[in-house]
Amino acid sequence: MSGNTDPLSPRAKLAVTAGKAAAAVSRAAGRGSGSVIGGKVALRLDPELLGRLATHLDVVLVSATNGKTTTTRLIAEALRASGPVVSNALGANMPAGITSALAGGSDAKYGVIEVDEKYLAGVARDVDPKAIALLNLSRDQLDRAAETRMLAEKWREGLAGSKAVVIANADDPLVVWAASSSPNVVWVAAGQEWKDDAWSCPSCGGVMQRPGDDWFCGECGFRRPAPSWVLSGDHVLDPHGSAWPIHLQLPGRANKANATSSAAVAAVFGVPPQVALERMYQVQAVAGRYDVVQFQGRDLRLLLAKNPAGWLETFSLIDPPPTPVILSVNARGADGTDTSWLWDVDYTRLAGHPIFVLGDRKLDLAVRLEVAGLDFRVCESVDEAVQLAPPGRIETIANYTAFQDLRRRVGN
Amino acid sequence: MSMSDNSLRLVWVYPDLLSTYGDQGNALVVERRARQRGLQVERYDVRSDQPVPTSGDIYLIGGGEDRPQRLAAERLRRDGGLQRAVGNGAIVFSVCAGYQIIGNEFINDLGQREPGLGLLDVVSTRGEGERCVGDVLADLDPQLGLPPLTGFENHQGVTHIGPSARPLAHVKIGRGNGTGDGTEGAYNGTVFGTYMHGPVLARNPLIADLLLKLALDVNALPPTDDRWYEALRAERINAAQQPA
Repeated sequence: MSGNTDPLSPRAKLAVTAGKAAAAVSRAAGRGSGSVIGGKVALRLDPELLGRLATHLDVVLVSATNGKTTTTRLIAEALRASGPVVSNALGANMPAGITSALAGGSDAKYGVIEVDEKYLAGVARDVDPKAIALLNLSRDQLDRAAETRMLAEKWREGLAGSKAVVIANADDPLVVWAASSSPNVVWVAAGQEWKDDAWSCPSCGGVMQRPGDDWFCGECGFRRPAPSWVLSGDHVLDPHGSAWPIHLQLPGRANKANATSSAAVAAVFGVPPQVALERMYQVQAVAGRYDVVQFQGRDLRLLLAKNPAGWLETFSLIDPPPTPVILSVNARGADGTDTSWLWDVDYTRLAGHPIFVLGDRKLDLAVRLEVAGLDFRVCESVDEAVQLAPPGRIETIANYTAFQDLRRRVGN
Repeated sequence: MSMSDNSLRLVWVYPDLLSTYGDQGNALVVERRARQRGLQVERYDVRSDQPVPTSGDIYLIGGGEDRPQRLAAERLRRDGGLQRAVGNGAIVFSVCAGYQIIGNEFINDLGQREPGLGLLDVVSTRGEGERCVGDVLADLDPQLGLPPLTGFENHQGVTHIGPSARPLAHVKIGRGNGTGDGTEGAYNGTVFGTYMHGPVLARNPLIADLLLKLALDVNALPPTDDRWYEALRAERINAAQQPA
């Protein structure tokens, strides 16, 4: 990392200023935070701005299908133990949003950056990160995303020349395939409940064998690497064999996995696991996710689940029956317009819960639940669902734009 | 495999390779609608390192990515179980990559011509233009006597139908087989192929019933409460007709 105290050229400074002006205009017009438009304007004036903004930072990139935003937040909290952090904490994870976030953090020592899966290789080239955390890869947005395996290949090609330490999930064969082109990998046994995108070997196409927590290809010998960090129940086992308790306000197994990966990242930056894990406790909600809000005199917990792997992890953290559950699904641009993925989700896991269904695609959900043999009520609005729900805290699970709609309505 | 022996053997072929686009839903819908008619359903999910049973009544094959598609074709050709089952009169319903595999030939991930299983008289090539992605509305072959087909397509394939198969449907909205003549899917009486996801049997439960009737060799099935399917169909047919 360069020791230059003023790494920005006049052109880059102008680009940052123009970007901030555009963001301010966008905010004033009521069109969101303005971070993306600001970043776009700035990158147009100086296409290499992202790299320039990162030169004085120790950067970690975080990518995955699920858990990017939360893990970015956990790592940021951990690294603040050692110095100021700049981060795209709101989840604007493409180059324009990342540029905008970095432009706001000129005093920072660390950059903790969430990156969209499709942009990881490019951003890794631009910002020369010290570490890259890869959590998981699974099917998402079938109508427009690159196929899952092609993404793993792109990661693999992009990481082959990187000097970064790669912190990768040993329990996800696609992530292992992507990371194993890199010379410097720290393997983390973080678990992965969803298995249906990795039954065929990413190396040779053979059928994967999965005895217990292990996995290997029966044909070519591609297999689970020995992890140096392990999530074991409520503890993180570090490479020296010490067990550190995980205390999180965030619920669920998946967040324990995110905390384990975050502890491994923090260690690369010299923050010991005990310190890192203690700081992660501070994180209570991430961009509205996991937040409990009061609405019409009831408690609603807001949960985001965007794809089959995410729904599976979410089902495992909700309160048991007869806790009422509201499900909301849209299929707008940011969600993917193909709802076929609903059929990859095992909704029989909701048996015994009173279920209320809403969102633009509530009828797709209704047929899905009917075929699963579940009882449910189709509602026009969250207001109606809350009125119909029996007593108790309500678990609310929604995909991306449905979640935004919900937050707006319940005032979160 | 009749109404009298009260059981239905449903085989889902190679979910490890061909289950990318929610096509598992087709198996769930057939299973559910069979059980609603009082049938006992034995479902076999056959992985590509296992032999395909030859005694199934209905075989379902889903969509998948390009390389798994080639691997599935290689393993199914080598295995021979599906071909023998069709010889025994079994019903096959296949989607997208699976549709191409059961035909005579398709273009594999290496850009080469890959032999299919020859169970349906179609030949697939790769389209030149953009991927076809979006809601589809089509009229099913009038001989089937069924209401319109609704589905979601996401493919780049082009499938030409030979003389011993018929188009399953003609598109009103969408691309279907991509041959420019408006055809979508193909069938020959017992073997069906389509590009429609959705999954297609959740959007078109009467096609699931058609498969059941063919497998059971009956002309009619007891009615089911289809109001949610009907509501979804009406919404998607309407959505397909809206300008994008």
